[in-house]
Amino acid sequence: MSYFYQKDISNCGMAGLIHKKGARIGGEIIMKSITSMRERGNGLGGGFSAYGIYPEFPDLYAFHIMFEEASSKREAESYLAENYTIHKSEPIPIRPLKVVSSPPLLWRYFLEVKEERMLYLFPELDERDFVMQTVMKINSGIPGAFVFSSGKDMGAFKGVGYADDIGHFFRLEEYEGYLWTAHQRFPTNTPGWWGGAHPFCLLDWSIIHNGEISSYGINKRYLEMFGYRCTLFTDTEVIAYLFDLLSRRHRLPLSLICQILASPFWKEIDLLSEEDRPLYEAMRMVYGSALLNGPFAILVGHRRGLIGLTDRIKLRPLVAGVQGDFVFMASEESAIREISPHPEKVWALRAGEPLMAELEGHAS
Amino acid sequence: MRTTLPSEFFVEIDHRRCVRCKRCIQNCGFSVYSFADGIVPDHTKCVACQRCSTYCPQGAIRIERRPIAFRANANWTPQHIIDIWRQSLSPGMLLTGMGNDLPYPILWNHLLIDACQVTNPSIDPLREPMELRSYLGKKPDLISILKKEEGGGFLLKEALPPQIRLEIPFIFSAMSYGSISLNAQKAMAMAAKELGIVINCGEGGLHQDLYPYGDHVVVQVASGRFGVHPEYLNAGVGVEIKIGQGAKPGIGGHLPGEKVSLDVSQTRMIPMGTDALSPAPHHDIYSIEDLRLLIYALKEATDYKPVSVKIAAVHNVAAISSGIVRAGADILHIDGFRGGTGAAPSIIRNHVGIPIELALAAVDDRLRQEGIRNQVSLVAAGGIRSSADAAKAIALGADAVALGTAALIPLGCNVCQRCHTGNCSWGIATQRPELVRRLDPEVGAERLTNLLHSWALEIKEVLGALGINALESLRGNRERLRGVGLDAQTLEILGVKPAGR
Amino acid sequence: MMRIDARGLHYRELNQLIRQAVAQGESEILLDHVNGQRYIGDGLKGNAQIQIHGTPGQDLAAFMSGPTIRVEGNAQDAVANTMNSGKVVISGMAGDVLGYGMRGGKLYVGRDAGYRIGIHMKSYRHLVPVIIIGGKVGDFLGEYMAGGVLIVLGMSEDGRSDGRPLAGDYLGVGMHGGAIYLRRSVDRNRIGKEIHATELSPEDHQLLQTELSEFCQDLGWDLEKIWEVPFTKLAPVSHRPYGGHYSY
Repeated sequence: MSYFYQKDISNCGMAGLIHKKGARIGGEIIMKSITSMRERGNGLGGGFSAYGIYPEFPDLYAFHIMFEEASSKREAESYLAENYTIHKSEPIPIRPLKVVSSPPLLWRYFLEVKEERMLYLFPELDERDFVMQTVMKINSGIPGAFVFSSGKDMGAFKGVGYADDIGHFFRLEEYEGYLWTAHQRFPTNTPGWWGGAHPFCLLDWSIIHNGEISSYGINKRYLEMFGYRCTLFTDTEVIAYLFDLLSRRHRLPLSLICQILASPFWKEIDLLSEEDRPLYEAMRMVYGSALLNGPFAILVGHRRGLIGLTDRIKLRPLVAGVQGDFVFMASEESAIREISPHPEKVWALRAGEPLMAELEGHAS
Repeated sequence: MRTTLPSEFFVEIDHRRCVRCKRCIQNCGFSVYSFADGIVPDHTKCVACQRCSTYCPQGAIRIERRPIAFRANANWTPQHIIDIWRQSLSPGMLLTGMGNDLPYPILWNHLLIDACQVTNPSIDPLREPMELRSYLGKKPDLISILKKEEGGGFLLKEALPPQIRLEIPFIFSAMSYGSISLNAQKAMAMAAKELGIVINCGEGGLHQDLYPYGDHVVVQVASGRFGVHPEYLNAGVGVEIKIGQGAKPGIGGHLPGEKVSLDVSQTRMIPMGTDALSPAPHHDIYSIEDLRLLIYALKEATDYKPVSVKIAAVHNVAAISSGIVRAGADILHIDGFRGGTGAAPSIIRNHVGIPIELALAAVDDRLRQEGIRNQVSLVAAGGIRSSADAAKAIALGADAVALGTAALIPLGCNVCQRCHTGNCSWGIATQRPELVRRLDPEVGAERLTNLLHSWALEIKEVLGALGINALESLRGNRERLRGVGLDAQTLEILGVKPAGR
Repeated sequence: MMRIDARGLHYRELNQLIRQAVAQGESEILLDHVNGQRYIGDGLKGNAQIQIHGTPGQDLAAFMSGPTIRVEGNAQDAVANTMNSGKVVISGMAGDVLGYGMRGGKLYVGRDAGYRIGIHMKSYRHLVPVIIIGGKVGDFLGEYMAGGVLIVLGMSEDGRSDGRPLAGDYLGVGMHGGAIYLRRSVDRNRIGKEIHATELSPEDHQLLQTELSEFCQDLGWDLEKIWEVPFTKLAPVSHRPYGGHYSY
């Protein structure tokens, strides 16, 4: 049992944007937004997720992996080669910076599942389960190797440093995406670890988080029952896996998932109509171990959109803004105004009520 | 050689204060007092139930521990010596009541709870919402929904199996009518209704007077099948199959004929004055598949009310539990070795079974490893002494805790461990009418309600300190506990880190 | 009047400039292009008038004692935290945890405000804090209030007429001093059991008239319109709301 980890605590700044028609923009824009919230971090963690950045490989799983040593890389590559066709593998382009010291090896692989391999090993799984198992296997089974994103046509870029420095380091101005999230971290444990920065990703899900999950212990044990392994020493990890479990495997709509993670209070449920109440009672009874307790504001990215959600008594801030086809969400209004000085509308999210900004033409 | 046993207690009477009202004579269930030109106590009969000292209007009575002196001997304790005398004078197994009183380690005393500071705010339970509600019963792995026809939104497609709702995570443990009095059960039933929880009526059947409390009762089916008939099975919100209890794992029970009064006989549906013997096993359960048969028979007979299975915590409790869950139980009630009883042989009560802390942790882990934890709710019992023990039990994985001894103490119990004599001066563990009538169920219910309200407040305070506002986020959240003074192996079994890590 | 262009300035530089200006005796200071700079006006004493164009960052006017700050636009979280005296006027909306522990002075917000407004506001001798919110507020308004005046009008249009209540849940929980005035009647289920609701007394009416006049003057509102709907006053039942929670 791996319980001798040090749980990380993150109190931070977040920013995210999506272009609802899918128009792609460069990474310098989100970098500008997150930089304005430098004060919310302490330079020990920053990260970004970007969607739509690999249009040349739309159907391949883009694995971004960090390796602490060369041996980790060899072992991971050999494991990947057995199970996947590696269409391309290369170091993630970086720009060396003095302020970003001792980075691990950072590689990316564009992968296609080997059908026959999957059928041989796990005939009952679908392809995405297979990929999820691969990620869990590498993260918990190959020492020094951590997959930090594993989706199609998207990727995470994160490390130890202020977010804007990390953005420069990864040359984000060279990428174009329709959905960007960015995070500025203030960790108080394991300060030097690249894997601990946000976002936390699995398949197409990317999560950035401001707050601390006081229910982490039970969220983690609940997820372990379904084969997820929490290896990245940070409470935020469970949110990514909960979305994967509830959306992809249990097929629940995103709006209900948000109401599982930030459940209405019993006294509100008791007042619902006879028609509506059984669903909400059942959701709490069945998914009580998925409730996220403690203060949180999260931005959840997925292929089709961006979700903002806060805890049910709104202990962390989250502000949204709209400008044309852009929807912005951030911890502070000034982060939105940094890149959109005169938004048409600005408002604060309400406790436990998700804001779901989706690509037009896609239903959730 | 000895012909009598020495007394353990000394009844000190301040004769200057005594006004000879003779209330002590009247109150003592153990016939300690007589009158001969003044109150005369027979110290050898005193069990320190403190009834007399509580009711003496002059405060003239003081019960003291005054055992005879032995040379100090850590190995041959006075208890060992006296027990040997007892058995050589009067052959037979030593009987006792209540729970194990030997100094085995109490793991609750080695577990500490976390609190939030700086990086996460604690929550103020007096001002902010704090939810303690739980539902006991089988939960599916996932829910099935369908879209509403109009207006957006969703509906539940398949209803959940029936659940037992508890407003606070406590249950009154099974104490049979026969082992305790009807008034004691009434007090608990009334309190259960007031608090929004349930009482388990135990293996003695359900008295007619308690049927109105059906929404707050779980009926028990034990090996003796006392009072089990269709109305009984459907009288409560659930049925519990009692396989064992913490105080006497592996053995049956024996209610002596003297305690089988008219009422008890009617409720148990056995002739008055006969012994009520509960066999050690259910004679229709010799293997796990038989248990499955009984569980489903009960489900069919009650139109699928939740079925609970109660077991004692023994060495392979994790494996047994897995089997019980797969046999179809909706609730699993585990009673640790500190659990109480109305009567059990001392050798069994004191030397058989394992602590609930370890059993609970092991069972919760095992069920999670097998991916079946959601198929039962876990109820932990056996020496829950305070809201702190309850909170720690929930953090280890319990859905609720059952209270036995803790529920009798507000009614007057002083844990004198003489329940098996049927002479309880407080009217709790007795059927003697003159003793039973002393226990006022309404006052008793009020005391119990006070106690559990207080414990609920305390648990909310703990949750607040943890930065948690719903009980389900504490349940199984072992990350919020730390151990002190425990060895590495015990910590591993508990799944708890040592304080400092 | 002194003008400071805050564009690109870190908050330390900006606040230093402001403090220098105040020390040099500037009575009017205008800040342009403010966006997200924190701690503006914190700990400032005296009676300078500061005007902000843009969106000031967290903790505006915390521990402030005397000056007046006017914001043309929205403010963020934690405005007037433990403010001792002075005034903050915000024409737009503001965030969460405004006026926490505020002891004196006035905070006016033209539009909506967030959660946990006015927690543990307290008054002391001549210091009586006043918070007036023109729009609606979220849960936990006036939690643990010990003194002062909290007024919520629920009047401004925020572009989202979603039928939200004026104030949220858990209103005034733990209140043991001060008074909350809500412009309309209130749902009994939403307020803490430590308070009772009444209509306005003549003294209350006078108090509101005085405070709201100043508010309207600062924000250009019509006082007549405000009085069109009756107010409800919420006051604590006892100064020791939790006396019964402990067993001795």
